[in-house]
Amino acid sequence: MSLNDSSHSTPLLELETITCGYDPNKPVVRALSFSVAKGEMISLLGSSGCGKTTVLRAIAGFNPVHSGQILLRGKTLSKAGFTLPPEKRQVGMVFQDYALFPHLTVEQNVAYGLKGHPRERIQSITHEMLQLVGLESMTRRHPHELSGGQQQRVALARALAPHPELILFDEPFSNLDVDLRERLGLEVRQILTSQGTTGILVTHDQHEAFAWGDRIGILHKGSLCQWGTPYELYHQPVDPFVAGFIGQGTFLYGTCDFPDTVQTAAGLLTGKPSGYRPKVGDAVRVLIRPDDVKKDDDSPILTRVVRRAFQGASTLYTLELTTGCQLQALFPSHMDYGIGTQLPIRVAPDHLVLFANPTPGMLYECRPSTLE
Amino acid sequence: MVVIVPLGVILSAWITPAWEVWHHLADTVLLELVMNTLILLFGVTAWVLLLGVGLAWLTAIYSFPGRRFFDWALLLPLAMPAYVLAFAMLGFLDYASPLQLWLTKRFGNNGYWFPDPRSPGMVVFLFSLSLYPYVYMLARTAFLGQGQRMLEASRMLGRSPWGAFFHAALPMARPAIAAGCALAAMEALADFGAVSVFGFNTFTTAIYKAWFGLFNLSAATQLASLLLLFVIVALSIERRMRGRAKYFSNDAHARMELIPLHGVHALLACGVSTLVLLLAFGLPMGQLLIWAWHQMATDLDGRFRDLVIHTVLLGGFAALLSTLLAFLLGLARKRHAGDRVTRLAAHLATLGYALPGSLLAVGVMLTLVWLSKWLDLVWPGGWGANGVNLFGGGILALLFAYLVRFLAVANGPVESGLETIRPSLMEAARSLGSSSMAAIWRIEFPILRPGLLTAILLVMVEVMKEMPATLLLRPFGWDTLAVRIHEMTSEGEWERAALPAVTLVLTGLLPLFWLVRRSGKH
Repeated sequence: MSLNDSSHSTPLLELETITCGYDPNKPVVRALSFSVAKGEMISLLGSSGCGKTTVLRAIAGFNPVHSGQILLRGKTLSKAGFTLPPEKRQVGMVFQDYALFPHLTVEQNVAYGLKGHPRERIQSITHEMLQLVGLESMTRRHPHELSGGQQQRVALARALAPHPELILFDEPFSNLDVDLRERLGLEVRQILTSQGTTGILVTHDQHEAFAWGDRIGILHKGSLCQWGTPYELYHQPVDPFVAGFIGQGTFLYGTCDFPDTVQTAAGLLTGKPSGYRPKVGDAVRVLIRPDDVKKDDDSPILTRVVRRAFQGASTLYTLELTTGCQLQALFPSHMDYGIGTQLPIRVAPDHLVLFANPTPGMLYECRPSTLE
Repeated sequence: MVVIVPLGVILSAWITPAWEVWHHLADTVLLELVMNTLILLFGVTAWVLLLGVGLAWLTAIYSFPGRRFFDWALLLPLAMPAYVLAFAMLGFLDYASPLQLWLTKRFGNNGYWFPDPRSPGMVVFLFSLSLYPYVYMLARTAFLGQGQRMLEASRMLGRSPWGAFFHAALPMARPAIAAGCALAAMEALADFGAVSVFGFNTFTTAIYKAWFGLFNLSAATQLASLLLLFVIVALSIERRMRGRAKYFSNDAHARMELIPLHGVHALLACGVSTLVLLLAFGLPMGQLLIWAWHQMATDLDGRFRDLVIHTVLLGGFAALLSTLLAFLLGLARKRHAGDRVTRLAAHLATLGYALPGSLLAVGVMLTLVWLSKWLDLVWPGGWGANGVNLFGGGILALLFAYLVRFLAVANGPVESGLETIRPSLMEAARSLGSSSMAAIWRIEFPILRPGLLTAILLVMVEVMKEMPATLLLRPFGWDTLAVRIHEMTSEGEWERAALPAVTLVLTGLLPLFWLVRRSGKH
């Protein structure tokens, strides 16, 4: 687990083994650490109740930390017994429900955080921000007169206006439909990059997290499981939870023949091992991604199609080996096989992702893998 | 605290019962009081059920000529206090009234039957006319909330339209209807003005007599404690039912296709609505206007101006105070949402509305007497009598009583306004650099402004109409419109009570229109 790989630049935000939650005796988040460099885009990914929003609210200053500390540019924002009030942190936030002030116009909403500047300055910043998000024609409208996507943009403009170095996004796209969600996500990311602002996004949607994050933290039950690039998370998951949480796939059970070879029901698998290093003879589980399975007419390994789900450019097949194990395979959609078709396959993983087998008796067995 | 102390004082009357007072009461008036109160309770409940539910069903389900008008017009009687309706109708029906004179001329002296306008039946009927809007309002909301789908489902399963009403709509609306009935019953219990116009003895009139006639505060207290018993029963019914009403209200966007009525049915629907509206609002209002017109020349003088000024001053002060307190209470409750103490306090603070004014007056008075006695002990010297005068005889006591009674009224709009402010709004303000005080001032206060205005308006009108507590606690010379009406009606000078009554009804219409317009907008 590599937590602090931002050594190449000075970290903007640092979380040092923080523990936080509503009840000090039952912390939601335990001993969490990571650091974020300036200009970096970060996603915190996890299912509901994993503590990701709690972390975000601790950074914003709405929740205290019980131990550890949070630093922004080396200055302590939170530690046990001290919480700098949110209004003094200069950290922006975009809320899940946008939290636009219903009694103020778009313009007044954006100008809200600029109190204390001279009037012309407020006007010019407000105008600039609305232009940035493409809403300069809507300045006099009230929030309820805008669509969901437009409200989202106003919320962004409002958070950007006081020029915070860091903006926090709490599931900001979850109220939008899928199409708009993707488009707006990229757009917001672009705007932040153009302003040199750092963004931390909290979400339960892995597509969103991948599209947003230079680096992604996976949270589970209040701790950080893995911190890395999308590629690392997908191809080198550090534990079975991450392997199951990210992407699709199945586990095959087998025994380790050599450090880089595993004997399974789908034949001998070879590849660069990552993560767990078993000894020869150990019972292991191998993660097989759908794109690791290739059709190979010369292969002796026969499977039968049991399920198929058309996905447009490709089709996701569920294949059953003669032993009864099932695998998932992704083939281009013009390779069209009906249910019951016999398919010879070859499994060729790039990385050999191995985990210890919790039930060593189950050699060559496997379960349909919903992966925990 | 504000509410509990007067209540506690009244309840403590049971700890040290004045037996001789009880014996005296039991020998003389107690039986009559209990009987009258029971007649009033059961009679009014039955009538408001019939009127309220029937009219609500008509306007919610059917379309007939004038439905859109009756829809809101049937709420108009809310603006007319029961005591105003009582004396206006009595004036219209009594022996010397134009109606009776005309009938006598037409049919001879004993040639026709006419109900005794002062009979218990008539009292009950007039009460029902003034109180049915509570049931109407709640039942109508319930019927509209059920939506068409329920009725259609019931019809598809083989019920006739009437069957659908009795087996689906009515049972589903039952909690709301029961809550409305309990409200009406509480109002009937609390009423002092109307029963005293009819000379119909209930606890409230007895308390008044014990206080002013016999100057016997302890007898008044004993009576008040008995009245409290009735109130607690009605209140607990209302609370239970209101809680359950939530489970039955579904889709707020449920749309109703109105069933058109034709021919005789349409005429009947229109006729019944007109009749009720006429009896409950049109006729008495007309009578009042005629009287007021006659008296305009003599009564519209400096004394009347003083009455209005006193009324508005008291109303305004009480409204501002209770709205402010409701706002602070609301904020506190929102900040400490999970805190049981805060919840309990807020819950208790809104109980005051159920307390009859006369009961409250006794409670407040006793509290202040005790307070001044206690002060006497702490700083001896001259407090005793002066203390009572300082608090009891003063505006302070009256405002205190108003606050206890009408805090719940102010609390309604303030609370529902606060509910619309999501916590994320305040957090957004904080993250944009506002301190929490600045956020209250720049976000919560402006968003709440319409709710606060509604609260102020509602409390003001309620205070202006309030009679018994004002009568008992007002400082010497501080007559209000309601007090004036009581003075005039108790002397049978109905014409002279008309001008203040008209003024009251017209001000009472203000919040009604305001609320109807606001609910129309949403």
